Amino acid sequence: MFELLGVPPQALFGQLLLGLINGAFYAMLSLGLAVIFGMLNVINFAHGAQYMMGAFTAWMLLNFLGVNYWAALILAPLLVGLFGILLERLFLRHLYHLDHLYGLLLTFGLALIIEGVFRKFYGSSGQPYSIPEELTGGHNLGFMFLPNYRAWVVAFSLVVCLAVWYLIERTKLGSYLRAATENPTLVQAFGINVPRMVMLTYGFGVGLAALAGVMAAPIYQVSPLMGANLIIVVFAVVVIGGMGSILGSIVTGFGLGVVEGFTKVFYPEASNTVIFVIMAIVLVLRPAGLFGRAQ
Amino acid sequence: MAEGVTEGPLLAVQGLDAFYGESHVLHGVAFAVNGGEVVTLLGRNGAGKTTTLKSILGIVGRRSGSVRLRGAETIRLRSDAVARLGIAYCPEERGIFASLNVEENLLLPPVVKPGGMSAADIYAVFPNLLERRGSQGSKLSGGEQQMLAIGRILRTGADLLLLDEPTEGLAPVIVQAIGVVIRQLKARGFTVLLVEQNFRFAATVADRHYVMEDGRVVDMFRNDELDANMGKLHDYLGV
Repeated sequence: MFELLGVPPQALFGQLLLGLINGAFYAMLSLGLAVIFGMLNVINFAHGAQYMMGAFTAWMLLNFLGVNYWAALILAPLLVGLFGILLERLFLRHLYHLDHLYGLLLTFGLALIIEGVFRKFYGSSGQPYSIPEELTGGHNLGFMFLPNYRAWVVAFSLVVCLAVWYLIERTKLGSYLRAATENPTLVQAFGINVPRMVMLTYGFGVGLAALAGVMAAPIYQVSPLMGANLIIVVFAVVVIGGMGSILGSIVTGFGLGVVEGFTKVFYPEASNTVIFVIMAIVLVLRPAGLFGRAQ
Repeated sequence: MAEGVTEGPLLAVQGLDAFYGESHVLHGVAFAVNGGEVVTLLGRNGAGKTTTLKSILGIVGRRSGSVRLRGAETIRLRSDAVARLGIAYCPEERGIFASLNVEENLLLPPVVKPGGMSAADIYAVFPNLLERRGSQGSKLSGGEQQMLAIGRILRTGADLLLLDEPTEGLAPVIVQAIGVVIRQLKARGFTVLLVEQNFRFAATVADRHYVMEDGRVVDMFRNDELDANMGKLHDYLGV
């Protein structure tokens, strides 16, 4: 079969893995964006910067305090999530009753400031972050070599995405979230503290971005602009999946990562644009996105 | 309910003003509801009935005046705090959450006080909801949505129910069923403040009626005085 396609299996599966890795980050980031947009009505343009902060927090925890990867996996999302909560209290909550554009502009500005501050201290070049000892090495699967850390990233991000989906779609807390997304006034009139829920939701979405950042640190270099490069693609993924759809962002994230990987094998010239081409087609045929509900 | 007799009315509204942006909708609304009563607000479209309910809960743009529950002032409280004092709301548009199924809708409003009905009790009152417990909220008929909107606020332990036009747009047989339910709720000790356009229906369930006009309460009848005042009522309601 591979001979028919004229592609060696090493290259095919190698790119498939790379696609799944990218897809894992697309999925986790677009999931956070979807949760935040659903609840806050804010397009969180600072998401890439918050992802970068997650990676940097892990790097700082390791280099300044000797805190290892596994602890950073919990601590960095908490710390960056708290920073998100601070942003929500200080700025975002004044914008909920306004058009989406204001939230987008505010968070875009915040992203520029955050990335600028990190660039002032760390320059544009990346800081290395090594793979945790337990996950070094890899396995030869016969048709390809599978590095342990990459397998971990794909598996763990899948677990995180499914856990978030379960939390939102299948639990009591999730039913509050879904209800408040539809009609916050009524949910509050039932006695639920909606402003606090909104604040915690933003913190959660930001924490999810930071978690993706920690996971990315050993794969990509930890650099101030690592999020800026990724977030544009992630927004295209969100548009394709449909803004605000939880399952949609997970499926589209992984799916488009794989599509991008295969494009690198079969038509490398298009690999950087394929997602945007798909976005344009989806926008024409299904403006609400593949999984979105038309408003 | 469990509280026993309280001094004075359960709900006392005085000098209540409400605004949507620049427009001044309520002008010194005043009325009272005693514990265990079913009281209606009657009036034409736009008289301010719905706004009065929303102002009691604190979900209008701006409000002032006095809304006291068991003597305690609530006018400066946020709506979630008002709800936690034991007021539950069934909105005119029913407010069934489309992304939640029937059971999730039913269990959504948090319990604010002890003494509410259990989910099993509520399913016993509304057997249709039990059959459809797994259906999405968006898939229900108008009557089922109304049953669910009333049913879900009975679990919370709130003893004052604000029902906004529960019969609107429903078939006569369902309107009758809702009448039965409201009388059952009264028998269980709930206090009900009911907004209605349909005073024939209101007369079958209520103890007293307040008439609203242009954002004011202009008259009050006991239910047994209704026949004697039919002429006045026709003038007020324009029927």
